Amino acid sequence: MTGTWIAVLATAAGCYALKLAGLTVPQRLLAHPVTRRFAELVPVALLAALTVAETFADGHALRADPARLAGMGAAVAALLARAPFLVVIVAAAGTAAGLRALGVS
Amino acid sequence: MADQAGQAAGPVPARPVRDGVVLGLAVGTSGLAFGAAAVSSGLSVPQACALSLIAYTGASQFALIGAVAAGGGMLAGSASAILLGSRNTLYGLRLASLLQVRGTGRLLTALGVTDESTAVALAQPGAAQARAAFRATFASLYVTWNLATAAGAAGVGRLGSPQSLGLDVVAPAAFLALIWPRLRAGPAERGVGLLGAAIALAATPFCPPGVPVILAASAALAGALAAPKGGSP
Repeated sequence: MTGTWIAVLATAAGCYALKLAGLTVPQRLLAHPVTRRFAELVPVALLAALTVAETFADGHALRADPARLAGMGAAVAALLARAPFLVVIVAAAGTAAGLRALGVS
Repeated sequence: MADQAGQAAGPVPARPVRDGVVLGLAVGTSGLAFGAAAVSSGLSVPQACALSLIAYTGASQFALIGAVAAGGGMLAGSASAILLGSRNTLYGLRLASLLQVRGTGRLLTALGVTDESTAVALAQPGAAQARAAFRATFASLYVTWNLATAAGAAGVGRLGSPQSLGLDVVAPAAFLALIWPRLRAGPAERGVGLLGAAIALAATPFCPPGVPVILAASAALAGALAAPKGGSP
């Protein structure tokens, strides 16, 4: 539990510090095009990695859980229909929950 | 808020405030999903609330609870969560000249820098409207997100098992929804996304949980070196 608190507080402090840095550091720090482009692309790389890791990774193993995959399929369908954020999440969780209630595991 | 229309032509219209408040209410409700997923991942209710109060940046919060749910890898989990928050630094750089905050005012303003407040502020035609929009989005989203986090975290135990509620799909669906508009920004974004995903999958069998996600940041470096000038708005 203590370890979790340390992780929670370190993450919270780190995220806040990064926000404050943006308002405080001199503008020229990100003037270099490569630095700037890297900072723009980091979220893309990390979010893509997180999406597949959270969908397929089970510890060290890669696993395809049918209900979870169907939930992600529902999320894609909702995104293609330009649904708002919360609708996407509810569609994904609801699909997985519904399939599990029907016995898909 | 209409009293700071100094350099803008005419008084600040109600629209920036209304847009910000509506967006804050709509997006903030997803705090329910975060609170529920956080507690089902093994965080306590106070830990879930502390993240929403201080970190106050959705993607990073989901990244940390993903690492906790995977059973450890706390250091890697924190590192990837913080790395993911680095985009807020970029937002701050863009907002600094627009919001014109000085001294201790920065401490509170910094907390409010998110994807949403930046988007609404940058969409305004003038600096006064941008300031009004930023404040309205910040206030509305902060209050809604934190109340929703607390409600989701406190309520999840009474509803059933996380798996039966599909809560394990909440985080990946949230990440997909967050990356979706960025993938539409251009081919470089799509290439970096694919490469990042491939790196994470390839590294999963060999690395502790959380580390594959950090390794995926190298895809962003490759993308930046390949086309440094492309696509910045």
